[in-house]
Parts: sequence; C-alpha cells; structure tokens
Amino acid sequence: MTSSVICLVEHDESGLIEASLRALSVAATLAQSSHATLCAALFGEVGDASLEDLADFGVDDAYLVTSETLTAFAPVAWARSLLELAALVDASAVVASGTDRGNEVMAHAGALSNLPMVANCFSAAREGDSVRLTRQRWAGSLIEESRLDASMALLSVAFDGVTAERAAQRTAPIVHDLHPELSDGDLVLRVAQWSDRSAGISLADARVVVGGGRGVGSAEGFAALDELAHLLDGTVGVSRAVTSLGWRPHNQQVGQTGTRISPELYLVSGISGATQHLAGCQSAKHVVAINTDADAPIISRADYAVIGDLNLVIPALVAAIKQRASSGS
Amino acid sequence: MVGARIALTDDGLAVDARQLGFTMSPHEECAVEEAVRIVESHGGVVSVLTLGPLEASEQLRDAAAIGASRLVHLVDAREWDPIATADAIVDAVRTLEEGAEVFDLILFGNEAPDTGDYQVGIRVAHALARPCASGIKNLEVDANGVRARREFRGGDELFELTVPCVVSVKEGINLPRYPSLPGRVRAKKAAIEVLEPRWRESPLHLEALRVPQVTRERAEILGSGIDAVPALLALLERLGVLT
Repeated sequence: MTSSVICLVEHDESGLIEASLRALSVAATLAQSSHATLCAALFGEVGDASLEDLADFGVDDAYLVTSETLTAFAPVAWARSLLELAALVDASAVVASGTDRGNEVMAHAGALSNLPMVANCFSAAREGDSVRLTRQRWAGSLIEESRLDASMALLSVAFDGVTAERAAQRTAPIVHDLHPELSDGDLVLRVAQWSDRSAGISLADARVVVGGGRGVGSAEGFAALDELAHLLDGTVGVSRAVTSLGWRPHNQQVGQTGTRISPELYLVSGISGATQHLAGCQSAKHVVAINTDADAPIISRADYAVIGDLNLVIPALVAAIKQRASSGS
Repeated sequence: MVGARIALTDDGLAVDARQLGFTMSPHEECAVEEAVRIVESHGGVVSVLTLGPLEASEQLRDAAAIGASRLVHLVDAREWDPIATADAIVDAVRTLEEGAEVFDLILFGNEAPDTGDYQVGIRVAHALARPCASGIKNLEVDANGVRARREFRGGDELFELTVPCVVSVKEGINLPRYPSLPGRVRAKKAAIEVLEPRWRESPLHLEALRVPQVTRERAEILGSGIDAVPALLALLERLGVLT
C-alpha cells in the first residue's frame, strides 16, 4: 500500500479558507517527495466549492469526517479522528494550517500519539526516514532549517511566506465517509456555544485596514481614522502600544500577538513598525505609511509613504474623499 | 528587537543574546496577571513556574511583584523542545501536588514567541488527564469550573470545563498591571524553590537559522504633509478602494 500525506483543511460556504489552501500546497509538495497519496480531511458539512478546491490543489482522496456525537468543534475528537484516518491510510505525515484550530488539533494529535508536532512550517520534503523542514521563528524575523525524525510527521503551516499554488494537473478526488470511533472523553472539550460578536467588518477579513499607533496621540484621535475606515469600507487596526495604553480594545491589535491581516490596502499611520507589528501585516498587498519620521522601519516596509503628521494628513484625506464623492467624480 | 534585524551566533544555530535583555513573553505575562486576578476574587494561592537559565529567576520575581506567592524554577540553560518542556512541567506539577491539593487551574501562555509551538499546555493537560482549552481571551471562574472564550471568525467560541483543568491564554485577556513598590520589595526577598528538570533530546534537529532576505526596499514617497493628499487620493483610486 502506498503511504499517504493527510492535510486537515478548514472550509466555509465559499470553499476552503486561504490558510488551508496554503497548507494544501505544502502538503502536496511533501506528498510528491514522499511518493505518497494526498488525502484531505474535512469535518462538518462540505459544500461543492470545497470539493472544487480540493481538485484544483491535487487531492487524491477526500475524507469527510462525520459522527452523531460530533455536533460542534471538539479539538480532541478532531485529533482522534485524524489519528484514526492516519492509521487507515498509512500516513507518513499530517499537515494542518497554522490557524488556531489547525495548531490546536495538531497539538492534541501530538499529545495523543506522543509524536512531535512542528508548528509554522514554510516547506516540508521527505528525505529518507526524515522530513526536511523550513519554518518560521520570531513571527518571520528568522527562518529555521531543521530535520525531523519521527514515525509520522505532524506539521502546521505558517500563514505568511507560503503561497497557495494550484496543482499542475487537476485531480478528481475520491470522496470517502469516515465515522470515527470517539469516546465521551474525546468530547469533553468542545464548543458549547458560538456567538457572533458584531456585524462589523472583521480585521482578519477586511479589504482595507486603517492602522493607527501611538502617534495618533489619544483615544479621541482615532475618530478621524474611524471615519476614514468607514469611507473606505474598511476597519481600524492598531499597534500593541495603543491597546496597552487602553485607547482601543485588543481585538483591533495587528501583529504577532494580535490579528494577522491580509487586506488589499493597509494604510498605516503613527506606527514606527516594530517587527512584532510587521509580522501581522506581511500578507497585506499594498502598504501605505503616513509617518513624521522618514527613517522609521515602517517606511522601508511600505510600498508608498507620506512624510507628515497623520493628525493633519488623515482629516485632509477624509475631506478630499468626501469632496470627490459629492462632486460625483 | 524593535524594527531591528536579529543577530545570530557565529555558528548560525542561535540568536546572539549577549546584547539582549530578557522579559516575560506577552502571553505568559497575561497568564500570570489572570491567575493573580482569579485568586484576588476567589481566594487561593498563585504558584509560578518557569524553565530556563538561572537569570530567569528575575521573571519569577516579576510575577511575585504582582502577587504570585510560590515561585518554582526548573533551572537549565539549554534549548528545550515542546515535548521535553511539557514532560519537565508534568514532573514538577506531580512533585508539587504530592501530599498537597491539586492545582485547580494551570494557566499557560498560548505559544512561545520564537517557535510558536502552540502545544506545551496541551501536552501537559493530556499527561495529567485534565482538559485543556487553548487560545483563550476571556475566562470566568466559578464554583463549578471555568467558562473560557476565544475568538473564531468574528465571533466567540465558548468552552466549559470543570476543574482541575488547563487553560492556555493569549494576550488581550487582560491588561497586566505594573508592580507596586511594596510588591517589588517583597519580590526581592521571596524564596525560590529550585527543581532539576529531566532533559531529553529533541527529534527535531536544528541545522541552521537565517535572517530572511528583505525583498522590499524603500517606499515610494508620495509627498510631505497635506500637500501629498492629492497623490494619496489618486493612489487609493488606482488601488480600487474608493467606493
């Protein structure tokens, strides 16, 4: 029997989430170098869009995991199911995205199987009995090259620094149902309730993020940034200094210990650009910085910059956008 | 390391720490703060444990300065991988619980800032046969157990666990306090219990560390001050973000 590489993929109604597409790309390369079959594991109701994505990314076999007792996200149960699947398909590796869920499920799988779990990988390739890895350290400030010796490699894939690459050849994945054997103990840890926090645009998904740091000067100073974000159909993101000062809530923090964003535009002002902050916006397509200091690190990270006081520039920009709208141009 | 490139040792296998100061990691700092708050409102004792070189006793004293009363130091200066770290913590917890009550709650920082491993708390929980909620940003404690919440796609997931249990928390769960002057004085005199952890080799062999190539050079300067606004507006138009 050919060995397999399993990729745990997360999905919603529009298909696989971006982080899972990236994880699939890494898993596909590992499967190729291992001469292994690429299997995907999916939990919950799976839509056609997700199955299309699996075909685009070269998946050979899709395992749809369902159980009567698995009615909500349950990390230990998911890990147990993955290990059952791993035994079934003779997996040499299990890969997940480096999301909270992906990392968490892989960590439980590592604890249940007493195998190492290596987080935040950029690439993985089989080399004899080992797997050669590169992975992220210090949120991307360093790259680690290492070799993993384990009977089965458990990996999570970094979000930044990995691109989702479609397979050269589309596949026709064979769909299997898997009903894992779960004990009551596997279901102790499960989501008891899910609540929608707000109807607003979430930072992680926003197409435009207007960033503000200590340079905004006060909690009240954010009014202009809020207005600009509103005009651009975006949302406000802030630096760690701002949440530490209590000016804005932590769920608006961009960075290593906050939210990682991947907007079309990150318009960032009053933020000097600490590595921990830059780690959160590596996936932004365009970065425009407004800063009084032309030598601030954010200026070398940005694509475009305005050297000046944000407290003058942003209100002027807001006025210009409003004028443009009212003149109908 | 604000905006700086990280310096490596000559063999490229470690960060050159000679010029660096050390501090508690953000997630851990919040875990200590959360423990102190829980004990302040529900009673009990906060014990703080660290694994690290002798100098790490400073971070234990930082925890004592804000209210931790028992300080435990597993002294070892080597790099420990997540399995070895979890094993050492499990050994220590068993030692501390011997002939005493079990810890109702063991809190962890969710992941290390360097390797981001996301698993030490989970491994400890499995070894002690206790449940573990991870990535937690809101924690309520009552007589029955804990209600732990975390963010998931613009909403909140709630986990309900009975004690004893393990919870890994993230920055944002609270805003850690600054230590008071009497707190600092008390911390200086606090006793530290030293335990010797059992070392084990990692199955992950580090071969090299490198600093990533910077692909971007300087930004294109659109102008200075409000004079740059027309250019900025034109750029936003070009990027298609104006509705």
